[in-house]
Amino acid sequence: MSSALIIEQALNGLQFGIMLFLMAAGLTLIFGVMGVINLAHGSLYMVGAFACAAVAAYTGSFWLGLVASLIAAAAAGAIVEVTVIRRLYNRDHLDQVLATFALILIFSEGTRWVFGSFPLYLDIPKVLQGAISLPGGAQYQLYRLAIIGAGLVVAIGLYLLIAKTRLGMRIRAGESDREMIGALGVDIASLNTIVFALGAALAGLAGALVGALQSVQVGMGEPVLILAFVVIVIGGIGSIKGALAGAILVGVVDTMGRFVLPQLFTLFMEPSQAATAGAAVASMLIYIVMAFILAVRPKGLFAVNA
Amino acid sequence: MKTIAAALVAGLAFSAQAMAEPVKIGMITTLSGGGAGLGIDIRDGFLLAIKESGNKDIKVIVEDDAQKPELAVQIADKMVQSEKVDILTGIVWSNLAMAVVPGVVGQGTFYLSTNAGPSALAGEKCNPNYFNVAYQNDNLHEAMGNYANTANYKKTFILAPNYPAGTDALTGFKRFYKGALAGELYTKVGQTDYATEIAQIRASGADSVYFFLPGGMGIAFMKQYSQSGISTPVMGPGFSFDQDVLGAIGDAALGVKNSSHWSKDLDNAANKKYVAAFKAEYKRLPSLYATQGYDTANLILSAVAKASVKDKDAFRAALKEAKFDSVRGKFKFGNNNHPIQDIYVREVIKEDGVLTNKIVATSFTDHQDAYAANCKM
Repeated sequence: MSSALIIEQALNGLQFGIMLFLMAAGLTLIFGVMGVINLAHGSLYMVGAFACAAVAAYTGSFWLGLVASLIAAAAAGAIVEVTVIRRLYNRDHLDQVLATFALILIFSEGTRWVFGSFPLYLDIPKVLQGAISLPGGAQYQLYRLAIIGAGLVVAIGLYLLIAKTRLGMRIRAGESDREMIGALGVDIASLNTIVFALGAALAGLAGALVGALQSVQVGMGEPVLILAFVVIVIGGIGSIKGALAGAILVGVVDTMGRFVLPQLFTLFMEPSQAATAGAAVASMLIYIVMAFILAVRPKGLFAVNA
Repeated sequence: MKTIAAALVAGLAFSAQAMAEPVKIGMITTLSGGGAGLGIDIRDGFLLAIKESGNKDIKVIVEDDAQKPELAVQIADKMVQSEKVDILTGIVWSNLAMAVVPGVVGQGTFYLSTNAGPSALAGEKCNPNYFNVAYQNDNLHEAMGNYANTANYKKTFILAPNYPAGTDALTGFKRFYKGALAGELYTKVGQTDYATEIAQIRASGADSVYFFLPGGMGIAFMKQYSQSGISTPVMGPGFSFDQDVLGAIGDAALGVKNSSHWSKDLDNAANKKYVAAFKAEYKRLPSLYATQGYDTANLILSAVAKASVKDKDAFRAALKEAKFDSVRGKFKFGNNNHPIQDIYVREVIKEDGVLTNKIVATSFTDHQDAYAANCKM
């Protein structure tokens, strides 16, 4: 096992974690401020990817597509909040799960109706194509480094927004006590819409960034959604810092597990059996980690109300 | 739920006996969810052949299984019990086929597979009422293993998802491949990020890569592989490089070798007519799934012209004869009612700005699956 391979895998873990953070940040904000479990968050991710692919195909520019993905996902988020989610704040979680699950079906079939069943094409912009050499003899895909950079910028931006601005103050206040800030004269309805649109825009951004790397197709959001839930449970629901830590933990553990476990199993199994058994255990690994963390810290690593 | 009745002018060429008996065909296929592209192609190819025949005694009922085995079983029960269909067809996925087919053929209804070819149904669980008009699951992988020898590859890195069709695929490849393996990996089903696997391919020193990653998984793998700076040649089965996914992979697919039992450029009259008709009807190029649907419908039409579907023995014999103009050129059934056919190696090219395939070699002539010997038929 060379150091180049280990560096490459560590970067892969980091990049995967950053991508999960973009999803989880919106999810945890929405849950923290409004107490809503939004299963349709994966659909907003899909909306971002489709908007980016469609605009990039029409204009020929990935960057315009990226802007479109933010606008489309934020708009979809705002519409969903005003028409559906707003009616659910005072209902129990089961009603929220039912309604947002219905939204997944509506978004999926709606997208299929507009774009058809076949995956769309979205390519990496010219300047970010190819791989670059890293110290230690490793080669790494430039676009993945760009995703890491973009994710870190978003993380810093979110920190500044929440810690330093008036809007951030209201968001933090909303997380602590919704009724009280309403009584103090803050327009809680529009705050909710803004937070929901912000979370949606982050999901849309993640969808567009990842869409260029993977495939833009109906149903692409749901597998990521499950991981994003794992991330916010590990990090502590409602905590942006927890989402970042949890996302990077999940990203690195999952990547390293997939890489190391099958090789570890070859020590006492024949190669083709080790490959299947290792892959099976690796896919369980993040859930094992989650169970362990919840056993030690039931409210997650950075619990908001701990 | 869609019910499509395909009916046109009466076919003059058919016998009075066949005309008197309407034939009811139930099609269960995947029309929603991530795998819908495959089912839609099968349906469109099938209905095109029925429409071309002008046979108005044939009624086709199409229902969506959403790629869920339990739903497919429900629909099959309904179609057999209350709709009283004579023939069932259309399933895309092997796990759904395994859930539906044994029950259906056990009740005496005919089942014609338009795609799935799990090994169990080709071997010990073969059934006289079950016909596979597509391929046995291992076939295309075997063809690529065979081709890897011809291409003089000595160190191939192989990967597939960790589920039965994935392990079968790599078993099929290894059955004919004579070189050494640079590595063997099983990925998560539905995985869309292959950075970890690509890093291992890079480190393994492989001289070629073979992968079986159907649908979105393959699109993601190819896009990421092409950006990784690795220049090791890639091979795959035709599913990963067919018309339904090529557009989404983009130029990253150019030059990739893949195996298929059909190609758009196969030189025979039936194929030329089919490709032109499909393009005219649906404004896109046909995929191999559409082709399997089209051949299945034409096989049924050929049997309907010979025997009444109510006379099970005569109809079964007529199906087994397979006297229809297959767009694959030649086509016949082996003892286990699975095809004996040629399998080609294709290369992805660009033609009039559209990515598509052309045949560059023939990997197998009259190839039969490895399980036929286990079938007591």
